[in-house]
Amino acid sequence: MLIELLFRLRNARIPVSITEYLAMLDGLNQGVANYSIDDFYHFARLCLIKDERHFDRFDKVFGDYVNGLHNLFDEVIGDIPEEWLRMEAERLFSEEEKKEIEALGGWDKIMDTLRERMEEQKGRHQGGSKWIGTGGTSPFGAYGYNPAGVRIGQKSGRQGRAIKVWDKREYKNLDSERELGTRNFKMALRKLRRFAREGAQDQFDLNGTIDATARNAGLLDIKMAAERRNAIKVLLLFDVGGSMDYHVAVSEELFSAARSEFKHLEYYYFHNFVYEKLWKDNRRRHNETVSTDEFIRTYAADYRVIIVGDATMSPYEITAPGGSVEHWNEEAGAVWINRILEKFPHAAWLNPEPAAYWSRVPSVKITHELMQERMYGLTVDGIGKAIDGLKRKH
Amino acid sequence: MTKKFESTDNYIATDDLALAVNAAITLGRPLLIKGEPGTGKTQLAEEVARSLAAPLYRWHIKSTTKAQQGLYEYDAVSRLRDSQLGDEKVHDIANYIIKGKLWEAFEEEQLSVLLIDEIDKADIEFPNDLLLEIDKMEFHVYETRETIVAKHRPLVIITSNNEKELPDAFLRRCFFHYIKFPDAETMQKIVEVHYPSIKKDLLAAALNAFFAIREVQGIKKKPSTSELLDWLKLLLADEIPADALHADESGSIIPKLHGALLKNEQDVHLFERLVFLNKRKQ
Repeated sequence: MLIELLFRLRNARIPVSITEYLAMLDGLNQGVANYSIDDFYHFARLCLIKDERHFDRFDKVFGDYVNGLHNLFDEVIGDIPEEWLRMEAERLFSEEEKKEIEALGGWDKIMDTLRERMEEQKGRHQGGSKWIGTGGTSPFGAYGYNPAGVRIGQKSGRQGRAIKVWDKREYKNLDSERELGTRNFKMALRKLRRFAREGAQDQFDLNGTIDATARNAGLLDIKMAAERRNAIKVLLLFDVGGSMDYHVAVSEELFSAARSEFKHLEYYYFHNFVYEKLWKDNRRRHNETVSTDEFIRTYAADYRVIIVGDATMSPYEITAPGGSVEHWNEEAGAVWINRILEKFPHAAWLNPEPAAYWSRVPSVKITHELMQERMYGLTVDGIGKAIDGLKRKH
Repeated sequence: MTKKFESTDNYIATDDLALAVNAAITLGRPLLIKGEPGTGKTQLAEEVARSLAAPLYRWHIKSTTKAQQGLYEYDAVSRLRDSQLGDEKVHDIANYIIKGKLWEAFEEEQLSVLLIDEIDKADIEFPNDLLLEIDKMEFHVYETRETIVAKHRPLVIITSNNEKELPDAFLRRCFFHYIKFPDAETMQKIVEVHYPSIKKDLLAAALNAFFAIREVQGIKKKPSTSELLDWLKLLLADEIPADALHADESGSIIPKLHGALLKNEQDVHLFERLVFLNKRKQ
């Protein structure tokens, strides 16, 4: 039974392995979380999920899985006796609510409709969610009354609450559809390394110590040196929105690979082409922008600039003032990109569109020329070539 | 298992957190704790140790910390010095092995708690270097050729602020719990635990103001539980009455002493601007 949960999680692209699954079984064996679905939910999440970004996906899968079990329960137990439902409802509803029920045509009528609705729903939602009334339009939903909810209420109050925990899906905005196949990108980016000693002096410097000790007439004189670290600094500029929506996945892969690879990494976003403003947070792009002037001033010339964009637009958006689709730009995009390239001689443009199409799109050709032929495909191979270019001394 | 961890008289643990701790104890697995800053990640270890009457070993990680330092360090330099000075100690290498926090915890005869605080501050390879030690709870001392095995598996609590991604192999060996920001109800319990004598109306007014500030769009650093507690301490010390916190009293929604809640001048500016706009609307 639980194996299925494991596979459903894997299907939902949550990285769960056998180790975690066995740990969960071990825990269940030792009675860490038995006999309560609430505890089981928390314990399963504790064992199987290692990143809060996956919580939402886990909640979804777990909800489906548990609902599936409830359906199974239905098949075994069969119909719920009407008397019992009625008793339960008597207990649950307040006087006012009961009056409202009367107004809707009386209890019996409601029960009839409910039974019909249940039949219908069985037909339609095979294997799916079986909550009646979550739509909020049926009379049952209006009172928060659904057979499943009542049935759970019968066994214990806590279970009813537990269902809510995953149905609430509180971790929704933590889920980022991050691709896990970033390893190839990382390997390509790894070539862009230049080691230098900087930071705290915490490593034993053997040669320095021998030298100093000899000068000290054989009395020990310890020398320390800073560790060698990757001193390459990178600025990433991402095109977002519009035609770039098709390339979100590959851009994210690059971003996540770059983030783990470079210690000094800054990133900014732009739309279609670089103009006088960049921003760091897409949700606040209209309020919190950084002027490109400031961007050029802030970072030293030894930063490597990598621009990611499809460069697919109307040529006027690059060459003409006021060409931007979003706002009135005083100076053309070409002016701005030249300013950036002037400050940062090490630069490359990565284009997610296949290289075969480049020559057919005028704006790509223009960009390629503006970048002094330093446009590369956003592939492992392309990144490799771009890195070779970035390493070259100018 | 004899003892179970629950909320203590000065720490409120939600049910799922208590379950996580107890499961980690039962199965002898490390527990990785993440969550917003200020939700009591570090304090958890202290409270677990206190409520289980277990000794606590704290290992605070910095960017220069190496995994080896948690096991032991061989102080070759002082041995060399001693040899130059003709000290007798020099003949036994064991004199120069300095035990790390992990070793100390391994020597404990009873259940102990080992806190590895802010593991994400360390080098990216740091967690990988601890894989075997955390998994098998043993390690080999090369200099003295002995293997140190934990006498009683300690409960390892690891906190992370998400500054770096942790390697998969490491994660696979841990239990993972994310402390989410407490809801208003839990928050009330937390405050009552810290300030039992606080007046009901002041607490209600303060919590309202606090959650309202957390809701403001665009705030860079949302105030957290620890900031709320500091703020309440100030309010209590100044004996500010509850109605001074109400929005419509003075026409201003800037709570008194808000410096304890907003730690960033941009946030304070943003907040004051919003207050100003609100006033104009009225």
